[in-house]
Amino acid sequence: MPVYLPDTTEEVLSLLAAHPNAMLLAGGTDVMVGINHQHGLRQETSIIALRNVSELSRYTIDDTASTISLGASVTWTALEEAPFVERVRCLAEAARTVGSRQIRNAGTIGGNIATASPAGDGVCALVALDAQLMLSSATGSRQIALTDFVTGPKRTSRADNEVITSVEVPIVKGWQSYAKIGVRNAMVISIAGVAVVLNTEHRSVSIALGSVGPVIIRATEAETALAQQIDWERCSISADDLDDGARLAATAASPITDHRSTAAYRKHAVQVLTKRLVQRGLRDLAERGPS
Amino acid sequence: MSQTITRSEIRHGIGSSPTRPDGAAKAAGEYAFSSDLFPDEALFGVTLRSPHQHARIISIDTSKALAIAGVFAVVTADDVPGKATYGLIASDQPVFASDVVRYIGEPVAAVAAIDEETSRRACAAIVVVYEPLEPLVDAELACQEGAASIHPDGNIIRHQHVLHGDPTVKGDVVVEHEYVIGMQDQAFLGLEAAVAFPDEDGGGVDCHVATQWLHEDRAQVAACLGLAEESVRLTLGGVGGAFGGREDISLQVHVCLLALTCGKPVRMHYDRVESFLGHVHRHPAKIWMRHHATSDGRLVNIEARFLFDGGAYASTSSAVLVNAVTHTQGPYQCPNAVVEGIVVRTNNLPCGAMRGFGVVQACFAHEQQMDRLAEKCGLSPLELRRRNAMHTGDTLVTGQVVESVAPVTECIDNLAALPMPGSTVGTHSYLLPGGAGNTTRSDNVHRGVGWAFAIKNLMYSEGFDDFSSARCRLEDGRITLKFATAEVGQGFITIAAQIARTVLGIEAVDLDTIDTNVGSAGSTSASRQTWMSGGAVDAVCRVVRERIFEHHAAASGCNPLALAVEGTDLVDTTTSERTPIEEVVRGLTIDEEVVYRHRATVHLDERGQGNCHTAFAFVGHRAVVDVDVELGLVRVVEIATAQDVGRALNPLSVTGQIEGGIAQGLGLALMEEIIQEDGRIKNPSFTDYLIPTIADMPPVVAHLIEIPDPQAPLGAKGVGEPPTISSTPAIIAAINDAIVNATGSTQKIHRVPVRPLDIVEAAYGGTAD
Amino acid sequence: MNDDRDFMLTVNGTTVEIRGAAPGASLLSVLREHLGLTGAKGACEEGECGSCSVLVDDSLVCSCLVLAASAVHAHVTTIEGLTQSRDVQAAFVECGAVQCGFCTPGLIVAATDFLAQTSDPDPDDIREALAGNLCRCTGYGRIIEAVVSVARERRGAAT
Repeated sequence: MPVYLPDTTEEVLSLLAAHPNAMLLAGGTDVMVGINHQHGLRQETSIIALRNVSELSRYTIDDTASTISLGASVTWTALEEAPFVERVRCLAEAARTVGSRQIRNAGTIGGNIATASPAGDGVCALVALDAQLMLSSATGSRQIALTDFVTGPKRTSRADNEVITSVEVPIVKGWQSYAKIGVRNAMVISIAGVAVVLNTEHRSVSIALGSVGPVIIRATEAETALAQQIDWERCSISADDLDDGARLAATAASPITDHRSTAAYRKHAVQVLTKRLVQRGLRDLAERGPS
Repeated sequence: MSQTITRSEIRHGIGSSPTRPDGAAKAAGEYAFSSDLFPDEALFGVTLRSPHQHARIISIDTSKALAIAGVFAVVTADDVPGKATYGLIASDQPVFASDVVRYIGEPVAAVAAIDEETSRRACAAIVVVYEPLEPLVDAELACQEGAASIHPDGNIIRHQHVLHGDPTVKGDVVVEHEYVIGMQDQAFLGLEAAVAFPDEDGGGVDCHVATQWLHEDRAQVAACLGLAEESVRLTLGGVGGAFGGREDISLQVHVCLLALTCGKPVRMHYDRVESFLGHVHRHPAKIWMRHHATSDGRLVNIEARFLFDGGAYASTSSAVLVNAVTHTQGPYQCPNAVVEGIVVRTNNLPCGAMRGFGVVQACFAHEQQMDRLAEKCGLSPLELRRRNAMHTGDTLVTGQVVESVAPVTECIDNLAALPMPGSTVGTHSYLLPGGAGNTTRSDNVHRGVGWAFAIKNLMYSEGFDDFSSARCRLEDGRITLKFATAEVGQGFITIAAQIARTVLGIEAVDLDTIDTNVGSAGSTSASRQTWMSGGAVDAVCRVVRERIFEHHAAASGCNPLALAVEGTDLVDTTTSERTPIEEVVRGLTIDEEVVYRHRATVHLDERGQGNCHTAFAFVGHRAVVDVDVELGLVRVVEIATAQDVGRALNPLSVTGQIEGGIAQGLGLALMEEIIQEDGRIKNPSFTDYLIPTIADMPPVVAHLIEIPDPQAPLGAKGVGEPPTISSTPAIIAAINDAIVNATGSTQKIHRVPVRPLDIVEAAYGGTAD
Repeated sequence: MNDDRDFMLTVNGTTVEIRGAAPGASLLSVLREHLGLTGAKGACEEGECGSCSVLVDDSLVCSCLVLAASAVHAHVTTIEGLTQSRDVQAAFVECGAVQCGFCTPGLIVAATDFLAQTSDPDPDDIREALAGNLCRCTGYGRIIEAVVSVARERRGAAT
C-alpha cells in the first residue's frame, strides 16, 4: 500500500493520472474514521496525502471583485478567525461549530466537501453562499457550483483523476449566519442546520438546510417569498410573513427519522432556526443603519 | 530515649487531601493501563460475535481460519475445558454460544494470532451457519404467560413484591404516571483489555486485567477453565474507569483460554464498538407509580410496578430489581406500599450493574411523583418533601428500620438556603442552550429550578457474605499495605494510606501490588470500598498498632492498654509521656491480615419484607437550567448538592466523586441512551452515544453533610453512587419548571434521556405527557 | 512515496524508523505499538474523545485520525516529550483533576496547547477549548480548576 506525499498540486495531478483509484487524504477526520473502523486498509489501496501540498492551504481575498478563493486544504481553525469572520461570517460561524479544537485543526474545507455529508456544517454555509469549486486533473480544470458537485449523500461528481483545488466564495453585502442543533453543547453532529444570507445589494435571501435531506438543500421557495416580503429599506418583515417564510423553509426539508432525531423535530427545528436567523439578521441590519 | 515533646501532627492522614499516589505517573502518561501492556511475543486475541439477535447455531467451521499463516488458535464452546457458563449471580451465560445465540454481539469463537490484523482476518474466515429464531424484544411480552422461553432458566429473572401495611389505603390526593428510563452505558474511557501468561506446564495462568473484583473474576475464570482457583492468578491492570461495567466477566475467560491453548502470552483489547457489546448496561425500565397522600401532602400509600429489561443473560439483574423495589418510597416516610417488580430476559443486550444500581430508575420515578404531588397539594416541592422526610429510626416499606444517620431534612434545608446563581446569558455563547450551535439568544431562554432527593443502600444486600481483606506489614519503620481492592479511579489507594497514617502515626506508607495474593476485597461497587476495604485497612492497622503497644509496654514497663497514637507520637495516657513512633518501631517487624465483614442481612421474603440492606446514604440535588423551550434545548446552569457523607476522609476525593457522579446523572437526563433496533445498537460510538463534554457540565456547588455514622468503621459512608441518582430527576424537574415559566404548560417530561421534541411537545401541547 | 509499512517518523525530536506497520495504521497505533509511547490513549478511534491528543507540527490533533505513514515529514510531540506541560501535570494532580487517568495525558496535551495561546482564560474559554477531551470520572470541575491555576501561576511568574 503506497502512500504518496506530493509537494505540489501538479504532482498530485500526475499521481492521480497514474493511480486513478488512489484515495485522497486531506485532514483525515473522515477518511481515518472509516479506516479505523475497518481495522486498517487493504494492502493494494494507494493513498495520496495532501498534507505537504502547501499551495492548497493558501487563500486569496479580492475585496474589489468580492470573492475569496480558499485553497482546499484550508482548515476550520483558520476559517474561524480573521480575515474570514468579517467577510464570510456564516462560514466562520459554521467553522466554529465543527467538532473540537483537534478536529478543526485537522479538518479541511476541501475534505469536508468531498465527503459530501448532508450534516457538513461548513458545506451548509457554502451552499447558502453559492460557492463554486475549482477541480483540476492532469487534463484540465473545471469550475462547478457546489450544489451541482454534490450528487447525493456521500456522492459527488468528482472524477477519479480530479482533486478539488479551491473553493470560490462570494463576499456578500448584507448579513449572514449559521446555526445548528445538537443535543450536546459542543462536539456534536448536526441534527438540523440552517445557513441564512441576507443580500442587501441584490435584495435576495439564501437559505441552506443541513441534515434534513440526502444533500444540503436550498429552500428556494422560502428564499423567494422572504425576499419579496422583507422591507429592505427598513430591514423589517411582518410577523406573519416571517412565519410563512419559515414554514416554507420547513416544507423544503425532507428529513428522516433516525437514532439522532425524528423527521418531525428536524422540520420543526428548520422552521424555528430560519425564523430566528432572519429575525436576527434584520435586527442587526436595522441597527447598523443604511450602508 | 523517651522524652516529653509538644504535640505532633501526622501529615496526609484522615481528613486531609493528599494527592493520589498514582497521579504523577498518570499525568505524565507513564501509568500502565491494562491496554498499555505489550509483552514481547504476545499474540493478539479477537472475539467473533453473533450477528443475530436470536438464532440456532447449525455449524461452526474454523478450518479456514486455522489455515491462515500466523494463526495459533481458534477456540469455541467445544474448547472450554471446565464449566460452559459463567455469571455473577446465576451461571447462565455461555463462555461461547454453542447451541443458541441470544443477542447481537454474543461471543461465538475467539482467535489468537501473531497480530491484530491476522487475528481479525482469521475471525472473518470462521464460517458459522445460523438458523434465525423469532427474537423476544419486548419486556412486556417476555413476562406474559405463554411467552416462548428463550433460555433454559426461563424468561423471568426475578419477580419480587413489596407489600407493607394496608395496601388498600387511599389518599385524599392521588397522582399516578408511567416513567421510562433509557439504556445507559458506563462509557468508561479505558476500553476492556487484558493480557494472559500461561504457566510453562499449562497448569495455570496469570492474567492482568482491568476489573472491579479480582477474586470473583478468578473464581469464574477458574471454573470455566477447569482449574483450581489458586492456579489462576489475577493482577489488576490499570483501570480506566468502571462504573459497574467491569463487574461482570467480559474477555477474562477468552484471553486465559487462548493463552493456555497457545502456550504463549495473549493480549486482547476491545474497540469502542465491541465495548458496547462486551459489557452489561444500565437496565432500561418502565415504572408506573401511584402516590396517595393526605390533603396536606403526607404520604399514606404507594402503589408501583417496575418492569426492567434484563436482556439475554441474568448478570446482576435480580439484585438490581431488589434495589429498585426496595427504594420505591425514596427518602420519605410511607406506612403502606404495594409494589411489584419484574425483571425479564429478552434478546436485547444484557444489563447489569451501573452506578446507582436500580435506584437511579426508582428515584427518577418517585421524584417526578413527588413533584406532581406537590403541585396537586399546592405545596412547594421542598415543603412537600420536608413534610415527608425520613429520619433515623423510621421503618422502610420492607419493614427494615433505618439505623443509619438519615439527614434528609438537613439535605433539604441546606439546598433551600443556597442562593440562586445569577444570569449567565450574554457572557459566552457556550453558556446558552444549544452551546456551540449558535441556536439561541437570551430572549429564547427560560430558566427553571428543580430539586430531587434520594436514599441509596450501601454495600451488598440480601444475605450476601460481603467482606474485605487487608494486610499490613511494618518493617524498617515503613508500612506496606496489601489488598485486592480494585482501584478504578475512585481513589481508594489514597485513603488507604491516609487511614494507615492516622491509625499508626507513621507517614511512610507503601502500597503493594493489587492482586489475588491476598484475601478478597469484594467488588469496587455499591459505594462499598471506603466502608469495607477502608474498614479492613483500619482494622488491620489497629491490630498492628496493638502489637506496637505491646512491644513498647514490654520494653518500657508501661500498661499497653494506656497507650495511644497521637499524631506521630505514641502517648502514655497515664503519664502524658510521648515517644515518637518511629523510635518505638525501630527494628520491629509486624505482619497482619484482617478480614472485615459488615453486619448480616437477610433475603427478602415473598412479601418483600426483611432487613435486606446494610446501611443507607442520602443526598439532594438542586438543578438550575436555562431552556430554549421552542427548540427543546437545555443548558444546565448549576447543580447544587447536599450529600450525607458521614465523614469526608479525603474531601478532594469526595468532591471528585460528587462532580463526576453528577456528570453521569446529567448525561442520563439529557443525552445518554443506547438505541437498539431489532437488537442492533444504532449508536455504538462516541459520535452517537453522547456523554457530557466539559461544555455541558456546569459548576457544582457541593455541601458535605458530615455526621459520622456510628455503624461505619471510620464514620464514613460511601459517596460514589448518590451523586448519580437524584441529579437526573433534579434536572428534569428544572426543565419542567422552565416549561411552566415559558408557556404555562404543566405537562411534564416523563422519560430520560429527555429529547428536544419531548420538551417542545410538553411546552406547546402534543403527546409528551 | 513511501511504503506504508516502513517509514521514518520524527517524534519528540528524534527521528525513528518504523518497520512493518499495518496498512492504514494511525499515528496513535504506531506511537503505542511500535514506539512504546503509550501516553496517548485510544478510547474511540474516531476523534470524539481526545484521549489520543498529540501535537503534529505544533498543531493539536487526534493521533487516531492521522495516517502514520503520511506524517513522515512532520514533527510529532507526545505527552512524553511535551516538556512545557510539567506544571500542567503537577496542577492536574494537585487539584484532583486525575481520577482513573485515562483521559489525563490527552487533556494535558490539549490544556498545554491552549495555555500557550491564552494567558488569562476564564472557565468558559476553557470549556470551549477543551470540549474535545472527554472525561468520564471527574465531571470536569477539578480540570477547570487545574487549568485556571496554571494560568495564574504562570502570570505570577511572568511579573
